[in-house]
Amino acid sequence: MSEPIKTDVLIIGAGPVGLFAVFELGLLDMKTHLVDILDKVGGQCAELYPEKPIYDIPALPKVSAQGLVDALLEQIKPFGATFHLNEMIEKIERIGEPLFRITTDTGKLFEAKVVVIAAGGGSFQPKRPPIPGIEAHEAQSVHYAVRQMEKFRGQKILIVGGGDSALDWTLNLAPVAGHLTLLHRRQEFRAAPDSVNKMLALVDAGKIDLVLGQVTGLEGEGGKLSAVNVKRNDNSSVHIVCDAMLPFFGLTMKLGPVANWGIKLAGELIAVDTEKFETSMPGIFAIGDINTYPGKLKLILSGFHEAALMAQKAHRYVYPDKKLTFQYTTSSTSLQKKLGVK
Amino acid sequence: MPKITYIDSTGASRTVEGNIGATVMETAIRNNVPGIEAECGGACACATCHVYIDEAWREKTGGPSPMEEDMLDFGYDVRPNSRLSCQIKITEALDGLVVTTPERQG
Repeated sequence: MSEPIKTDVLIIGAGPVGLFAVFELGLLDMKTHLVDILDKVGGQCAELYPEKPIYDIPALPKVSAQGLVDALLEQIKPFGATFHLNEMIEKIERIGEPLFRITTDTGKLFEAKVVVIAAGGGSFQPKRPPIPGIEAHEAQSVHYAVRQMEKFRGQKILIVGGGDSALDWTLNLAPVAGHLTLLHRRQEFRAAPDSVNKMLALVDAGKIDLVLGQVTGLEGEGGKLSAVNVKRNDNSSVHIVCDAMLPFFGLTMKLGPVANWGIKLAGELIAVDTEKFETSMPGIFAIGDINTYPGKLKLILSGFHEAALMAQKAHRYVYPDKKLTFQYTTSSTSLQKKLGVK
Repeated sequence: MPKITYIDSTGASRTVEGNIGATVMETAIRNNVPGIEAECGGACACATCHVYIDEAWREKTGGPSPMEEDMLDFGYDVRPNSRLSCQIKITEALDGLVVTTPERQG
C-alpha cells in the first residue's frame, strides 16, 4: 500500500462550496486537499449549467455558473489547495482523535485531521435509463462504463445514446466487437461532429448498424441479456440480438458511498448542527446542498456561510493548543499576508 | 388565471390554475400534481419533467428548443409531442392547455 497523503483537511466535492471552504480554512492556516468524482472543478455549476446565469450571489448581480467557479478559483489561489479529480471517496475510517484515513476508488490514501463533505447532490453517477427490468442485467450484461475493451471482444454490442460517450465508445469498440449496433432516438447527435462523421462512415461501410428508436424492453435469462426490443421512430419494432448493452444517458447525482460511513443521515442528506455544521461524527463536517438542518435553504450563499462557521471548529481540531482570534481581511495584516496582498 | 390540465398515465386528470410567466413544471410542483419530478429544479438539465402535449395544443406550445431536444434523449418513451414542462411558460394563450405525464420520468 502506498504512503498516505497527509493533510489538515480533506474536502469531498470541488463545487462552489467546497472551493470556498478552501478559502475559509486557508485564512485559518489549514491546508486542504479536494477530491471530486468529476473530471473538472466546479461541481454542478460546471457540469450541469456552466452557461446559466446566477442572480443571487451577494454583490454579483449576475454571474454565469462557470464564471462563479472561475472567480472562486482565483480567490483561493493563495492557499494552494491540491485537487484530486476523477476520484470518489469509498471509505472513511476514524484512526485518531480526530484523525481519519480516507480511501478513494482508485486506492489513493489520505490522512486528515478533519473531513469536510461538500458533495452537493452526491456523486455524479451514470444515469440508469428508464427501461423496465434493467437492474437485473446490470451485473452481467448492462454496462455504464467501459473499463476493459478486451472484455467486449467478439461480443454483439448494443450502444444506446447520442452524446460524446456513446459515439466515442461506438468508434472505439467497433473494431473489437463481433457486431455493434448504435441506437439513438433521432437523427441528430449531441456529439462532436467529427465523431458523428466517423460513425456514419462506419455505417456506410457496413461495419456497424445505426438504428433510430427507443428501447422498450430487454430479453434474457438469469441476468444474461440475449436481445433488446426497440420501437423505431416509424412505430415499427425491431429485435436486436446482443450480449451486452451500453447505455450512455448522462449523469445523475446519488448519495453514493457517503451512506456507508456511519454518519447520521436524514433521508438522502446529512444531518448537521447549525453552529459548526458538524455531522454526528466529530471531525466530519457537511456543508452546502448535502446537509440539512431546520430552515435549510439549498443556496450557494448558505453553503458559503456554513463554510465560514465550519472552519472555526475545524481550527480547534487541527490546532488544539492555538487560540483563534477573529479577524477581518480588510484590516488584519496577518490575513492579508496569507492572501498575498501585503 | 390560465387553467392547466395534467393527465397521468392512468388517465386521472387534475386541473389547476397557473400564473402567467410560471412554467408548466413549476405549476405542477406548486400544486402537488404527481407525475412530474423536476430533479434539476428547472435548469433544463434533466428530463424528469417530461410531458406529452395534447395534439390540439401543439401549435400553441411550439416544439422543443435544440437544447431541450438534446435533454429529451434522456426521457422515457419520448414521442413527437414530447416537451420538458420546465421549458413551457404559461401565457394567456395557453389557458386550457392539456398535458399528459408519461408512465415514468427519467
